[in-house]
Amino acid sequence: MKTINLDYTAAAPVDQGVLQAMIPFFTEHYGNPSSGHALGETPRRALEEAREKVGLLIGAEGVDEKQIIFTASASEANNLALKGLVAANKKKGNHIISSSIEHFSVLNQLKSLQKEGFEVTLLPVDRHGTVDPAQLAAAITDQTILISIQTANPEIGTIQPVEKLISVAHENEIPFHTDAAAAAGWIPLDVKKTGVDMLSLAADQFYGPKGAAALFVRRGIRLRPLIEGGIQEKGLRAGTENVPAIVGLGEAARLAYQSLDERSQRVSAIRDQLKAGLFKEIPHLHLNGHPEKRLPRNLNISVEFVEGEALLMRLNMAGIYVSSGSSCTSQALKSSHVLGALGLPPELAQGSLLLSLGKESSKEDIPYITENLGQVSGLLRNMSPLYHQHLKEGNDNARVQ
Amino acid sequence: MPEYSEKVMEHFTNPRNIGEVSEPDGIGEVGNPVCGDMMKFTIKVKDNRIEDVKYFTFGCGAAIAVSSMVSEMAKGKTLEEALKITNKQVAEELGGLPGNKMHCSNLGADALHKAITDYMEKQKVEAGSSS
Repeated sequence: MKTINLDYTAAAPVDQGVLQAMIPFFTEHYGNPSSGHALGETPRRALEEAREKVGLLIGAEGVDEKQIIFTASASEANNLALKGLVAANKKKGNHIISSSIEHFSVLNQLKSLQKEGFEVTLLPVDRHGTVDPAQLAAAITDQTILISIQTANPEIGTIQPVEKLISVAHENEIPFHTDAAAAAGWIPLDVKKTGVDMLSLAADQFYGPKGAAALFVRRGIRLRPLIEGGIQEKGLRAGTENVPAIVGLGEAARLAYQSLDERSQRVSAIRDQLKAGLFKEIPHLHLNGHPEKRLPRNLNISVEFVEGEALLMRLNMAGIYVSSGSSCTSQALKSSHVLGALGLPPELAQGSLLLSLGKESSKEDIPYITENLGQVSGLLRNMSPLYHQHLKEGNDNARVQ
Repeated sequence: MPEYSEKVMEHFTNPRNIGEVSEPDGIGEVGNPVCGDMMKFTIKVKDNRIEDVKYFTFGCGAAIAVSSMVSEMAKGKTLEEALKITNKQVAEELGGLPGNKMHCSNLGADALHKAITDYMEKQKVEAGSSS
C-alpha cells in the first residue's frame, strides 16, 4: 500500500549524512569528553564543533556559541530556561509572562510554578494565533522576571512577531525566552539580531536524532541547573554528554542552515499546492492559523461536521498519516488548547487535522491525498448529525428565500 | 490512535444501519460537539418491537462502532428487551473498549433508550388525547 507521511512534526527520519556523522561516536570515538587522556579529545572537540554548528543555525556564531547548552529534548531546554531562571532570580520578582498557545513543556511548568507562589500571565492570541506586543507591554509589572513566547506554533504554524515582543521585553529590562523547537531549521533564526536571551530547539525537528536538543543562553543570564552533578555544560546540565546524539544535532543544524531557504521554499510550495487542492475539492474546510505568517511545512485545517479521530483512522487505513487536535485523539480527552485559544467553535476544533510536510513530501502525492480526504470526509459527513442538520437548514433557508 | 479491538475496527470500517428511519416513532439525541461525540438514533416500532433503527453519529472511532453495534443489538428486540441493553454489554460485544473510550458506549445505550422512551411518551400522549 502507498503510504504518505503528513505528520513530520511528530517524527522524521534521521538524515543519512547525520547518521553517518554519528556512527563513529558510538564505537571508534567512544571516549568521555571529560577525560584528561587522549580518548576524550575527539569527543570533546566534536562537542565544540556541534556547538559551533548549532550556533550557525541560530545566528550565534562567534562570541556567543559557547552559550549553547545541550539537553535531551526541547521540553528539557524549556524547563531549564523557565525553572532555571526563576530559581536563580527569585529575589527580583515573582511574575512570569507567557502565551496561551505555548507547548505543554512551558504551560505545565507554569502551572507548577503557580503552585509555588509565582504569578503567571498567559497572553491571549488573536484568531490567527498571534500575540499582540501591545498586550505584552500592558501585562508587564515591576515583578516580571521572565517572558517566554514561542517563535512559532507547532500545531497551527503561526509565526510570532518575536522581534517586536523582544523589544518590548528589553525596553523593560526583562529577559526573553523563546521556544523555537517548531521553527528551528525551517525559518531563519538570528539571536544576534533579535537579542533573544534564551532559545530552545530540538534536533528531531530538522532531521537530527531524537534525544538531542539545546538551549541558547545569552551571557549574563543566570540559571540554576535542573540536574546537578558534574560540571558538564558549564555546570548547567550534569551527566556525561550524549556525544553521538549531540554530533547528530550539530550535523543536522549544519545541513539545515545550508539548505534552509531552498528546503523551506520547496516545502512551502508543496504545502500551498496541497492547501489549494484540498480547498478546491472539498467543501466546508476551514484553515487554522495565520494565512501567511506560518511555518513552511505546516497546514492545519478543520473538516466541518466530522470528528478528527475518525478522520485520522480512515486516512490511516488509506496509508495517509496525520494528527488531530480533537479531544478523542488526546489521552486527556481534551481538545487542543491552541485551537481553543483561537476562539474556534468546539465542532471545528474536533474536526481539526494537522498536516505537516517534510523534505520528502512530493507534489505527486497531492491528488492521492485530496482524493482520499475528500472520500473520507464525505463518508463521515454522511453519518454526521451535524452535517444533516446543516443540509436541512440549507434547504430551509433556500425555501425561505 | 488507541488500541481498538478487531470488532471495533470492523464496525468502524463497515458501520451498519446509518441514516434516519422515515417517519420515526422515536428519536433519541445525546452528546454535543464540546465533548466530541454526538449521536442521533431514530426507531420504527411495530407490535412493541423495534422494527428498524438507524443513527447519525459525530464522533471518534469508538463512537461510530458503538452506534453500529447498538443498532444491530436493538433491531428486532421488544422495547423492554432493548431498554435492558447496557453500555457494558455493548462494550463486551465489541470485544472491549479502551478505558478512556468507555463513555462512548454509555452514549450509544443512552441514545437508544432515549429514542425508546420518546416513543413511549408519544404513545401516552396519543392514548391520552384519544380517550
